[in-house]
Formats: sequence, C-alpha cells, structure tokens
Amino acid sequence: MPSHESLVTSHIQMDDAVDLFSQQQSNRLRSRILIAGFIAFFAWLGFGGDWILWQATLGAGEGAYRHTLPWFGIALTTVASIATIVAWRRGPERVLWSANAYEVVDPVNDDERRLVNVVEEMAIASGIPKPRVWIVPDEDPNAFATGRDLNTAHVAVTAGLLTQLDRDELQSVVAHEMGHVKNLDVRLMTLLAALVGAVTLAGDFMARMMRGGSRVRGVSLGGNRRGSGKKGGNPVLIVVLVLWLLSWLLAPLITRLLALGVSRKREYLADAMSAQFTRNPGALARALHKIEHAADPTHSMKKGSAHLCIADPLGRSLTNKEGMFAELFGTHPPMAIRVAKLKAMAYNQDRGSGMGDVG
Amino acid sequence: MFIALLVLTILVVVWGVGAYNSLISLKNQVANAWKQIDVQLKRRHDLVPNLIAAVKGAMNFERETLEAVIAARNQAVQVGSGGDVSKIAAVEGQLTGALHRLLAVVEAYPDLKATGNIGQLQEELTSTENKIAFARQLYNDVATQYNTKQRQVPTMFVANMAGASPAPLWELTDDAERAVPKVEL
Repeated sequence: MPSHESLVTSHIQMDDAVDLFSQQQSNRLRSRILIAGFIAFFAWLGFGGDWILWQATLGAGEGAYRHTLPWFGIALTTVASIATIVAWRRGPERVLWSANAYEVVDPVNDDERRLVNVVEEMAIASGIPKPRVWIVPDEDPNAFATGRDLNTAHVAVTAGLLTQLDRDELQSVVAHEMGHVKNLDVRLMTLLAALVGAVTLAGDFMARMMRGGSRVRGVSLGGNRRGSGKKGGNPVLIVVLVLWLLSWLLAPLITRLLALGVSRKREYLADAMSAQFTRNPGALARALHKIEHAADPTHSMKKGSAHLCIADPLGRSLTNKEGMFAELFGTHPPMAIRVAKLKAMAYNQDRGSGMGDVG
Repeated sequence: MFIALLVLTILVVVWGVGAYNSLISLKNQVANAWKQIDVQLKRRHDLVPNLIAAVKGAMNFERETLEAVIAARNQAVQVGSGGDVSKIAAVEGQLTGALHRLLAVVEAYPDLKATGNIGQLQEELTSTENKIAFARQLYNDVATQYNTKQRQVPTMFVANMAGASPAPLWELTDDAERAVPKVEL
C-alpha cells in the first residue's frame, strides 16, 4: 500500500502531466507518419517497378510486350493499404496470438486472481479503463502491452513473471505497461509490429520472385539492355533501378532499425510512470533485476514484437552493456541504467518524503 | 489602433475559453476520481461481512479485533457517500486501521490462513485496500492539479466563471492507519 503521498510525488505528477500530453501527441503523429510512410514505400516499390519496366519496354519492337498500365503500383498500393487497415484493426489480436497468449476472464487460481487484481489496481492508479488481461505460457519472466487506444488495451505477462515476482514487483511491472498504454506507445509499437511483419513477408516474396521467377525478370532486363544498347544508356533508369532493388533488399532491415529506434527512450518514460502510479520505484528496480537475471530467452515472443516487451525477450546480452553499440542496436536501454535511475528515484522519495522541494 | 484592439480582444477571448475549458475538464476529473473512491469503498463495505463470516469460527480468541472491524464498518456505511470528504476520510481511516490489524492477526496464525478460503479473502482484502489507496492517490493528484490551476495567475481570472472552488484533499487522519506496518503477502 503506497503511503508516500507527499508533495514530492504530486510535484512529479505535475511535470508528467505536461510530458504525457506531448507524448500522446507525438505518438499520434508518429503513428500517422508510420502509416503514410508504409503506404508510400509500397507505392514506390510498385510504381517504381512500373516506371522501370515502362522505360525498359519503350524501345520494344512491334508486337512485343509494352508495360503501359502501372498494375504493379496499383496492386502493391492496394495491398499496403489493406495491410495497414488489418494492422490497425487486428494488430493487437495478432500480436497476442503470435505470443500464444490466453485471456484471463475468470481467474481460476491464486496467481491469476492476483494478476487480475493488480491490473485493476493499476487501472485505478493510472486513471484509465481496465485493460484486458492475458497470460503467455512461458517460463521466462516478461511482459508487454498492446492496443490501439485507452479503451482497447491489453496487458500480457508470462507465466514465469507470475511465479517469480512478488506482489509489489508484479504491480510495478503492470504499472510500467499501463504507462505504455496511457501515453499511447502501444498504438505506435503495435502498428510497427504488424507492419514489420508485412514488410518481412514482402521481402520473402521478392526473394522468391528473384529465384523462382527469374524468367520474367530476365525478359525485362534483357529488354532494358537492348534498349540502352541502342540509345547509349539511360543513367536515370540505372539509378532508379539500383535504388529500387536496394529498397526491396533493405526494407526488412530499415523496419527493424525503426523498431529499435522507437522503443528505447519510451522505456525510461514508462519506468518513471510506473514509479508515479505505484509510488514504489524500488519494486520495479527489483523486478527488472529479476527479469534480467532470468537468462533464458522468452521463446514465445517473436522477433517482430520484441520491442513491445518490458525487457528484450531475445535475452541478448547487449542490454547489459553501455556505450555506442548497445545504444544503437539494443531494442531496450541498458538495464543497469534503468535500474540505477529507479534506485535514484527511490532514494529521493525516501529522503524527500518529509520535504516538499525535492522533485 | 482599432484593429490592434480587436485582435487583442479576440486573443483574450480565445485564451479565456481555453482556460475555462481546462478548468471544467479538471473539475470533471476530480468528480470522476471521487466516484472511483466511492466505488471501492462500497466494495470494501460489502467485503467485510464475508470476511467476518469466514474467520469468525476460527477466531473466537480475537473477538476485540473482529468487533472493532464490524463497528468501524457499520460507522462507515452510516456516513455513506453523503458526508463531506474529511468526515468520510475519518471513518474510512478507522476501518482501514481495523482491517489492517485483522490482517496482521490472520498473518500471525498460519493454521488460520490454511483453513477454508481465508487465503483468497486475504488477497481480495489486500487488493481492495490497494484499490482504495490508489483511488485516493489519483483523487489527491487530480485535486491538487485542479486546486493549483485555479489559483495560478492567468487561470485565476476565469476560475469564478467556471465555478471552481478548491477540492478538499483526502488526508490520512487516523494515526493508527499511518502507523500500521505493511502486511507482506
């Protein structure tokens, strides 16, 4: 039970209220940019291909195929739009489904009852509607949140988290996830997870096309060679072609980097919000320590949704290290820094509970 | 000159509407947070008879503790949600203190915990206590925000128009409640 209702914490709350608003706004904006960028990227892949084929078949002789209708572009843009709608509407369900999670509606044992109670408590503390509660049958402790907005949020924890954490620690982890829900991180991160899946799929499809369908490609490139032989080469066409091929090849990598970039700073903010809701930053520090030291990777979490979790589910040792490399390639900030920040908060809280000027 | 005045007036009106709306929004949040506390308090009032029924048989030797809980609960129900914040806070604080003493007693007798569904009730009680605490925390946070806003300089001028008055904070009144050691589960 939190009892540090001092001026200190209400002071924290004041600052966070401002931060939270801008964080929500920024997540709304980023979600829109992500959707627009995703569709624009597929439109480029499609219409770019059409343009290359059109250029390549300009010089084709009588009766030979001429690419005049940009059906690649039309098809890919349509597919991307549908993928976005599906990602928006079914993204949360897909993430939960891919993690093998089952929903807790009527708790049947003590662990489930405790989890549901803790989620209800944190819903009250954060002032948002109670999210749906899910359990991932995995022995490694981890947790994630997903959803589109405050009313359609889901919080999922692994079975291992329930057995290894005490009540206060579980509460702090759930509070961290509620932080992600409240500042709408879940919207951006779920969209990203769903769209990363679509891009990976497109990359696989292209790879198969290049191997299996080389006949089609051979014809068009042959036409290109013939055409440029006659006209002495078209540098613009070559540049576009190279860019276009690079886009196909690099798409999965770019989306992965995007996923890395969006998740790291948010973790600090969600940690701070957890401390604000529970008034118990020490519990989250202990929980993160336990989660980190359970060495096994969380097998149930797929690569594409790694950035949703409270700790890197792949169990990468990157999060242990500091410095450039870890900062660049970890989906999560170094655990040592997170724990240190939380311990500093706990220290300030203990020291400041009698004074009003420590924030 | 006239245009400058007009622009100034429009700016002031636009700002006034924004400040007014933000005050009203906070006022509603305070009312909503209060309702949250109310819901949880009712839950606790309903939970207490079940708890008493479950432990009564096994706890004849702790009559005083049980009677204190029953008395505090009845008093809290009587005050209901009609009273003012400080009155409710006082009687609910007594109930919190009595329940914490009961939880501490249950904790001290492991055989008692093992009988029937007391373990489950204990979790329910802990959770209800937490919910009340968190609802109170949210209420106090929002109320503080509301109170600060209506006293700060620019918003102050529309506070009267928005019918804003300081919301009372839910203070911890019962010394026993403050002093009770945390019950670990």
